[in-house]
Amino acid sequence: MKIRVLVSLKPGVLDPQGRAVHHALEGLGFQSVDDVRIGRTVELDVADDTSDEALTDMCEKLLANTVIENYKIEKLG
Amino acid sequence: MAFRSAVITFPGSNCDRDMAVALEQVSGTAPVRIWHGDAELPEGLDFIALPGGFSYGDYLRSGAMAANSPIMREVVRAAGRGVPVLGVCNGFQVLAEARLLPGALMRNASQHFICRTVSLKVETTQSIFTQGYEAGQEIRIPVAHHDGNYFADEDTLDRLEGEGRVAFRYVENCNGSRRDIAGILNKAGNVLGMMPHPERAVDAAHGGTDGLALFDGAMRALANA
Repeated sequence: MKIRVLVSLKPGVLDPQGRAVHHALEGLGFQSVDDVRIGRTVELDVADDTSDEALTDMCEKLLANTVIENYKIEKLG
Repeated sequence: MAFRSAVITFPGSNCDRDMAVALEQVSGTAPVRIWHGDAELPEGLDFIALPGGFSYGDYLRSGAMAANSPIMREVVRAAGRGVPVLGVCNGFQVLAEARLLPGALMRNASQHFICRTVSLKVETTQSIFTQGYEAGQEIRIPVAHHDGNYFADEDTLDRLEGEGRVAFRYVENCNGSRRDIAGILNKAGNVLGMMPHPERAVDAAHGGTDGLALFDGAMRALANA
């Protein structure tokens, strides 16, 4: 089973990387951008019987730092 | 009685030798050197230090992989028993990722790696690590980091301040840290994480000795305990 975990910074947490990219986009002439936030995608290939609890556990224990990040688990089948 | 300390080395640590030299200079006894893959710590340790540098390429997030290494399970246990644990720079990131300390260390607000000597204010002397200083004292300690921007939510920050757990603050905020925080203590006061490097400030020939009081104070406190 293919799983995609999307890790993103929580709202309100400053994203210096996103800000720098925002600046660079403006420099390229893209004036319509209001905000840029950068996250991370983790793709997992797991056994079909892997439980939702186990996936959540993976995110909570390692893949995301829940102090600063949110995560979303997507099953790609 | 000899001061038994240990320095943990992760793949990528590069301040472990400096830390060992500082501990030996102050205590007269060389620390035990522990490798990240070791499953056990020696018995009867008085002090554990997690050095600066990098760890496991700092994949995912700084300190995230190291926080889950075999030896960290032992460090967490030792900290729970009250053994003093000092984490400097990457060591602080590892302690935060291991949840021995609240909050997280994010990319510097400037996006730049910063490497210079900064002024810190000693915020509390009520810990074994800081009792060698005067309250409010300003000290000069080097920083060298890319991910030193301390973040915690407002409630956590209020709690840290209310409980006297902010150990050091930057006099001039160099990395975007919330409330200028440079170092924090755990609730029991036996775990300190800080971005600046006290082990790089123990020899006048290297530019300053303001880090000495941290190691010296901790050793005295433990000798009198």
